[in-house]
Amino acid sequence: MSTQERVVAALAGIQHSLQQPRDGGLSIEIEASVVPQALAALRDRAAFDTNVFVTAIDRFPAEPRFTVCYAFLSTTHNDRVRVQARIPGEKPHIATITHLWPGTAYSERECFDMFGIVFDGHTGLKRLLMPQGYDHFPLRKEFPHQGIEPDRLYREWDQRRRERSPLRSESEA
Amino acid sequence: MGSLKPADGHASETGFFVTQVDWVVNWGRKNSLWPMPLGLSCCGIELMAMIGPKFDIARFGAEAARFSPRQCDLMVVAGTLTWKMAEAARLIYDQMPDPKWVIAMGVCSSSGGMYDSYSVVQGVDMILPVDLYVPGCPPRPDAVIDAILKLQKKIEREKPFQLLLEGDVVGEYDSGTKRFLRAPNHSVPTTRSHEVLPPTKPGGGHT
Repeated sequence: MSTQERVVAALAGIQHSLQQPRDGGLSIEIEASVVPQALAALRDRAAFDTNVFVTAIDRFPAEPRFTVCYAFLSTTHNDRVRVQARIPGEKPHIATITHLWPGTAYSERECFDMFGIVFDGHTGLKRLLMPQGYDHFPLRKEFPHQGIEPDRLYREWDQRRRERSPLRSESEA
Repeated sequence: MGSLKPADGHASETGFFVTQVDWVVNWGRKNSLWPMPLGLSCCGIELMAMIGPKFDIARFGAEAARFSPRQCDLMVVAGTLTWKMAEAARLIYDQMPDPKWVIAMGVCSSSGGMYDSYSVVQGVDMILPVDLYVPGCPPRPDAVIDAILKLQKKIEREKPFQLLLEGDVVGEYDSGTKRFLRAPNHSVPTTRSHEVLPPTKPGGGHT
């Protein structure tokens, strides 16, 4: 039984389409609404026990704008599958899969941090790499590579620091 | 500087010693720089090589690297400083006792380097005053040793006694470019200057 047959058998009853990626790997696309159901089936019926990553692609200006990508590894069969689900650019959100693979919590946090995609049901969805309080999502297409006021949070912190201890650096600024 | 012995031999058996306060203070400062290694990326490796036996900055009295900023007077920013790390770097700088000097080691800390990016500070002079910039990616330890020698020359030119009387000059910050244009002339603590300075005008300040 090939990987494709195993995946298709596991996804019986769930609408999906096989894609033809250029690297010849196995890649399927599903509706965003069936993500938890389909991925639970992949885990329980096709033995994809390991999540490799969760990330996203910004296809701006295409709509639906974001493609959320999952990669899974089966350690018993030594094969991999990729799953994609497209979601719209306006208030993008998708169901979390942290109840299936707890380790995806960090991947989903990073995806939220970089793309602003909200994972419904994630219990600790806050910024991972960028500082808390940052306003923008750096991997979105409209984000300039030099950033938007990259020093704002530091300057605000610096202002509070000066107000706390005005004797320090009194003639600076 | 000179050493004189009294001609009659009565005043003192040990002789005495004449020098300038500025000279001897600067001499002490420049030959016992204690680096605070702020190793943020690959420059930190070169910094370790510099402190190690092959390059051996003990030859210039700067080998006493301490990992507490409160024991250091030379901050070496070695590597890529991100905006998220900038708060920590500034806190470390503030915790160092005056007088203190800063070397921006490598192009990342000098200007952001190749990281023309939203997350990287485009030169640490955006957050603290820098005395010397060392180009290189990373610079060889020789280049940083050269910077330490240049810093020693700079310390030689400082006038600690005069500044003690006239008041201190801290780094100049330009709010337009959001950069520190000039490093401080160090004489006295800048953080608590009003407590340690004698009154500069008659009738002004405490008696």
